[in-house]
Formats: sequence, structure tokens, C-alpha cells
Amino acid sequence: MELRIEIPTIPKEIDWREFLVEQLIRLMGVSAIAFVLLILLFLIKEGTPALVEVPLSNLLGQRWYPTFGIYGLLPLILGSLLVTVGAIAISLPLGLATAVFIGEVAPDWVREVLKPAIEIIAGIPSVVVGFIGIQLVSPFVRDFLGAPTGLTALTGVLLLAYMALPTIISIAEDALDAVPQSYRNAAYALGATQWQTIWRVVLPAARSGVITAVMLGVGRAIGETMTVMMVAGNAARMPLGLDAFFRPVRTMTATIAAEMGEVARGSTHYHVLFVVGLALFLVTFLINLLAAVAIFRRERGGGGRFLA
Amino acid sequence: MRIPRNTTQKIAFSLIVAAGIGVVVPLVLVIGYIVAQGIGALGWEFIFAMPRNGMREGGILPALIGTVWLTIGTAVTSIPLGVGAAVYLAEYAADNWFTRTIRLAIINLAGVPSVVYGLFGLGLFVIFLRFGMSILAGSLTLGIMTLPVIISTTEQALTAVPQSFRVVNASLGGTTWQGIRKVILPQALPGIMTGIILGLERAAGETAPILFTVAAFFLPHLPRSAFDQTMALPYHLFVISTQVPGMPIKIQYGTALVLMVFVLTMNLLATLIRRHYRRRRQW
Repeated sequence: MELRIEIPTIPKEIDWREFLVEQLIRLMGVSAIAFVLLILLFLIKEGTPALVEVPLSNLLGQRWYPTFGIYGLLPLILGSLLVTVGAIAISLPLGLATAVFIGEVAPDWVREVLKPAIEIIAGIPSVVVGFIGIQLVSPFVRDFLGAPTGLTALTGVLLLAYMALPTIISIAEDALDAVPQSYRNAAYALGATQWQTIWRVVLPAARSGVITAVMLGVGRAIGETMTVMMVAGNAARMPLGLDAFFRPVRTMTATIAAEMGEVARGSTHYHVLFVVGLALFLVTFLINLLAAVAIFRRERGGGGRFLA
Repeated sequence: MRIPRNTTQKIAFSLIVAAGIGVVVPLVLVIGYIVAQGIGALGWEFIFAMPRNGMREGGILPALIGTVWLTIGTAVTSIPLGVGAAVYLAEYAADNWFTRTIRLAIINLAGVPSVVYGLFGLGLFVIFLRFGMSILAGSLTLGIMTLPVIISTTEQALTAVPQSFRVVNASLGGTTWQGIRKVILPQALPGIMTGIILGLERAAGETAPILFTVAAFFLPHLPRSAFDQTMALPYHLFVISTQVPGMPIKIQYGTALVLMVFVLTMNLLATLIRRHYRRRRQW
């Protein structure tokens, strides 16, 4: 039987369409870079007048009284730092343990329940978390922990910790998943128990992924806005001393959200709020840059799956 | 005395199981509590009536409609751009510094705090492009915020399509774009839809990006065009739970419940699509 293969001749017009489509799609890919630059550009554009109008010593001061032209950012920065550190201190051990549970210990049916549940936690709107914070968590903090008011840094910390969990769990779980099965088998062959294997072999091998999880968790917590604005009390005072967790605190994000709606466009206060936004942008940029480098080093070209 | 290692394992595993339970139990309790407290407020009037008496009576129709419009606007903005960018990364881009810069930009976009998106939307869309506080400005802001989620999930779905599909397409004389349009995209569609829905779910629940770009405290009418301000469900919950004194608690829980139902329905839809097609997939 004779075999005939027809070699298709590709018409010129299809070539043209291929070319146009490819350029269009490339443009869409590049748009991601364009948006990052646009965000930076507009934060700088609206923020720089403040750096001209307000002396640096004022901006670095310890008091935030915008109505009197006092724009000390320190209490806001420390406020963000306080709730973020507190939140991660709770959610890292809890999230890591949950990731180990899902990845190493739990039977399949438990996994099938836990994974969608964690996805749901990630999907709860922050304003609903804030609402629950006002209704349920804040009375708890006031009545059982003896804080003078329920709207404290601690209330914000507890809720932020819960909101950072999905990020930490999913990334830590990916990291555990990436540890080769042969590592575990080798540990078992040496007579290690399952826990010894997890503690001495799997977790150390997944170290870089765990660090990524912490960084992205920090990014998540520091950028959270509505929840902290609703439950943390919003007093712009220096959060110093051991009882800082039991007093109201004001974060950078909450300051922008609470005050931008009421300032006159083009006023100094307005520009200073953009400076706060610029600072937030740069901090999260740095955190994500470090996290991205860790991800790129681990899996060539990938990293996309850590975002979803 | 050394603790026997089996005892250590028992203690460690108990703590791990406790952590797993500790993560899920608050979720179940909170959802249950919102349902129990809010269900009494629900009814035709609550969903389909305008707010009355300083929002202390009546319904939440304008907030609900506003959120629907914003979700549609976000979809229109972010789906073509996000899927396009993902197709570029998965099917066209070489692994070089330029592609890595794009990936870095996407990771960074995903990490920008939502309130900073609000500032950006205010600066670019509301003021610079003179859209004013409008559904247009809010949708564009939310759309750009949603891009990284859609890009990364779409790229995952595309790269999951086996390489052999591309080889067969090329061997049949199909061009790259023909292969993408007729083979790869249809195969990856369920995964892409899951990602899109999850992205839109998050946009629908966001408050901070719409604070300065579209959200209205109270409007006695529904939005008439893309250049109108609108009320929105998340912002409405914020307003009635913190800004309006004497707000009946029932209405607050009812609003929280409607918002949760809105968001969780999308979540459920995404999960169902994923389950359904994972079972039917032949590769």
C-alpha cells in the first residue's frame, strides 16, 4: 500500500495572524510589569509632595496628630509591626503543625475535609472576620483576659493569625510535599519512628519552603486592612511596654483606610497617607522579592502555584 | 531519664491533631453562628428592598446589586488579561531573565496590600483619568488586584495539559495559536474556570480597594451607569457594624450572612467544577 504524506503549505495570511496574536499575548504578559510600575509611579507621584512639605524629623516623630500637622509615622509602623509579629508567632506553629497533619499524618478522608476548609478560610472576606471580631472575639478578650477594652492589639493579633493560616499552611504543605519520599524511606530503614522522621528529616529538608511560608504570611498580615481597622481600637500611640497587646493600636493600613476618605485631595495629610502607602508597598515588595528568590531557587521557572 | 520515643511520637501527634482541629473548629463555629443569628433577618424584603430609616430597616438591595456589578466589572477586566498573560507564560515565554521579571512582577502584584490598590485606583482611575468614584474605577482596581490569582491558576491549568497534546498538534500541521485555541485552552478550561471563580470570589469580598474608588456610604437609588458610585455588600457590612449607632444586630448578622452566602457559593462552584472534571479527565 502506498503511503502518501501531504506536507501542508502554510498560507501567508495565517502567518500574519500568528504573528499578531503572539504579539498581543506577549503584551498581556508584559502588562504585569506595567501594573507594578504604574502602582509605584502613582504612589510616588502622590506621595512626594509630602516629603517636600513635611520635614523628615516630623515624619519620623512619635506622635500622629494630622489635624495639627504632626505626622509622626513611628506609632503606625510599630503598630503594624506589633500585630504582624504577634500574628505570625501564633499562626506559624499552628499552620506548620496543620501542614504536617495534612501532608504526613492525616488519613485521606481527613485531608479531603481539611483542604477545602482551609480554602474557605482564605475566602472569608476580611470585613466578615472583622465583624466576628467585634461581636465575638472582642468581648472574649475584654471579659476573660481582663483587658480594659475589647478592641486591642491582641484582638487584631488573634484574627490576623487566623487569616494568615491558609497562606502558611498551603505553602508549608507544598514544601513538605516536595521532600523526596526516599528521604523518609531512608529514615524508616534506620529505625526512626514516623515522628522522628518528620522532626529530624522532613522538616529540616523543607526549611526553605517554611521560610517562604513565613515571609508570605508576614506579607499577608502586614497588608490586612479592614480587620485590624475594625477590631484593633485605632489609637495612634506608641505601642511600647509589655501591656501593648492589651491596649488599642493603629496600623499603617488602618490609618490609610480610616483617614483617606475624609482628607481634602491635595492636602498635606492626603500626600502623607500616600507616603504610608508607598512604605507599605516597598516593605511588601521586599518581602515578596525574598520569597520569590527562594521559590525560584527551588523550582526552576515555577513559583506560580504559591500565589493562588 | 529519656522519654521513650513512642511516647514522644504520641505527644507530638496529639498536638498536631489538636492543631488541625483548632484550625477547622473556629470556622465551623463562626459559620454556624452567623447562620443562626442571621437567618431570621432574611426574607424577600431583606434581599429586594431599599434600606430605610438610616439603614436600620428595610433591605440591602443596592449593596447586593452593587457587588454583582463590581464582580462583573472585575471579571471583564481581569479574565482576558489574566488568561492572556498566563498563555504567554505557559506557551510562548522562554525561561530567561525577561520571563523571570514578569513572574516577579506577578508575585509582587499578589503581595501588594489591598488598601494600596485602593490608593493606586484613587490616584490613577479616579483622579488622573477623571473617572471619578465610579463602578468603572472600582472594577478596574479590583480587576488588577485579581490578575495574579487568575494568571497563576490559569498557568497551572495550562502546564498540566500533557506535552504530547502540543506535539500532536504540531505534527498535524497546526500552528502554535491553533493548538492553543483548539486543543490546549479547551483541555485546561475547567482548571481555568476554577481559578477565575476563586479570584472573583476574593474580589467580591474585598472592601479596602473600593473604599476610595467606588463605594458609597448610602445611596437611595441603584447605579444607572458605569460612571455612578454604588453601595457594595462588604463596605455596607463595615458601615452598619461600625459607623451607624443603634443598628439592629439582626440586620448586621443578616448582611454578614448574605455576603458569606455570596462568597461561599462561588467557592462551592469552584470546588464542584474541579471535582467533576478531575474525575472525567482522561489524561
